[in-house]
Amino acid sequence: MDKIQVSFNLNGQPVEVLVEPRELLIHVLREQLQQTGSHIGCETSHCGACTVDFNGESVKSCTLLAVQAQGAEVMTIEGLASNGELHPLQQAFMDEHGLQCGFCTPGMLMRSYRLLQENSDPTEVEIRAGMSGNLCRCTGYQNIVKSIQKAATVINESGRDEAKTA
Amino acid sequence: MIPPSFQYHAPSSVNDAIALLSQYGDEAKLLAGGHSLLPMMKLRFAEPGHLVDINNIESLKGIREENGEIVIGAMTSENALINSTLLQQKCPILPEAAHLIADPQVRNRGTIGGDIAHGDPGNDHPAIMMALDATFTLVGSNGSRQVAATDFYLGTFYTVLEADEILTEIRLAPQLPNTGASYQKLKRKTGDFATAAAAAVIEMSGETCQSARISLTNLGPTALRASDAEAVLAGQVITDELIDQAAQKAMDLCVPAEDLRGDVEYKTHMGGEMTRRAIRTAVKRARG
Repeated sequence: MDKIQVSFNLNGQPVEVLVEPRELLIHVLREQLQQTGSHIGCETSHCGACTVDFNGESVKSCTLLAVQAQGAEVMTIEGLASNGELHPLQQAFMDEHGLQCGFCTPGMLMRSYRLLQENSDPTEVEIRAGMSGNLCRCTGYQNIVKSIQKAATVINESGRDEAKTA
Repeated sequence: MIPPSFQYHAPSSVNDAIALLSQYGDEAKLLAGGHSLLPMMKLRFAEPGHLVDINNIESLKGIREENGEIVIGAMTSENALINSTLLQQKCPILPEAAHLIADPQVRNRGTIGGDIAHGDPGNDHPAIMMALDATFTLVGSNGSRQVAATDFYLGTFYTVLEADEILTEIRLAPQLPNTGASYQKLKRKTGDFATAAAAAVIEMSGETCQSARISLTNLGPTALRASDAEAVLAGQVITDELIDQAAQKAMDLCVPAEDLRGDVEYKTHMGGEMTRRAIRTAVKRARG
């Protein structure tokens, strides 16, 4: 089967890959581009471990063909920290014990990153609904919810501080 | 899991997509959101030689009003239905039902047209479309035709769509005054298909039901329109006894497949209960 050249932006950097049409985005991210932060869990779009940000929306990269990423803006967990500093969500997941084994965490972080863009001050109910496409088999979700609440507070406070100094 | 090999096509117009379907016939499948088709391909339940990705056809996306009708492009995502102010105001059952489908990530990719045209009796839009008396626009190499939702389904994964036809848009009337609609879905967990679900659209005049449309999800080989249940309510003063009678008529129609969600008896019983809840909620909403 002929391979197809696909170009897209990954974490702000242009990348170019040669893929078979049947290759899924998650495989190309992990195997060709060596970005192994996004995990392959159920492979049937239930668990959310492969969640990435795709043109400003959360998607499950196990159920998207890599060829469909042509021209897309893709962000993975590798793009979350900046200048060696953890994103407030990453820091909050550490501080609030939002992970145990860590397998679901990249997906949790990428989904909660987009959730806080969609709703900067979500209630607990909104967090649970917004995160309902991500499964965790360790934590019972309580500390994940707390982590996201804490990150929202931190981000909103730093936004207010910046607004004051501006 | 990786799907079997196929040739990929990404046309940018409906005409180009139809030309590809005409050329490859049964070998070709349309790729909408892909959240039913790609898992089926991974499991080798589907092995199309050609995949025609219609995600780049902008004319298939969006929700608008046209000559008093609501027109929804087939490639409109579930999340776009949820966020549509037009639908929230004029067809609130659709955003409400879309919330019950899959999860936030899947709703970004999953489309109303894919859900309708796939022909899976577990999908939610078919029954809702029947209750709303929606019309589907099908476009093929011989031109375009309109098919009522109630005439669209022939069997499980089997619809009136010809091999070279595309469902391009869905047309429905805005909700009338004194009318209420409700979709009640029993599911085991987020993202699951319905164990049983029912849609009801009820028009009231005082305490009397003027007209009723009732339909069922995942309780037969296709979505089912419960005409006998509708007939119980039409023209009558709505009472609990009457709602029970209508639910019994809906249950008489149920022929669910036994699976991990339950056996035939349980699913049928839940079909009756979802029907009762949908009617009660729709009536309450119709009264305002």
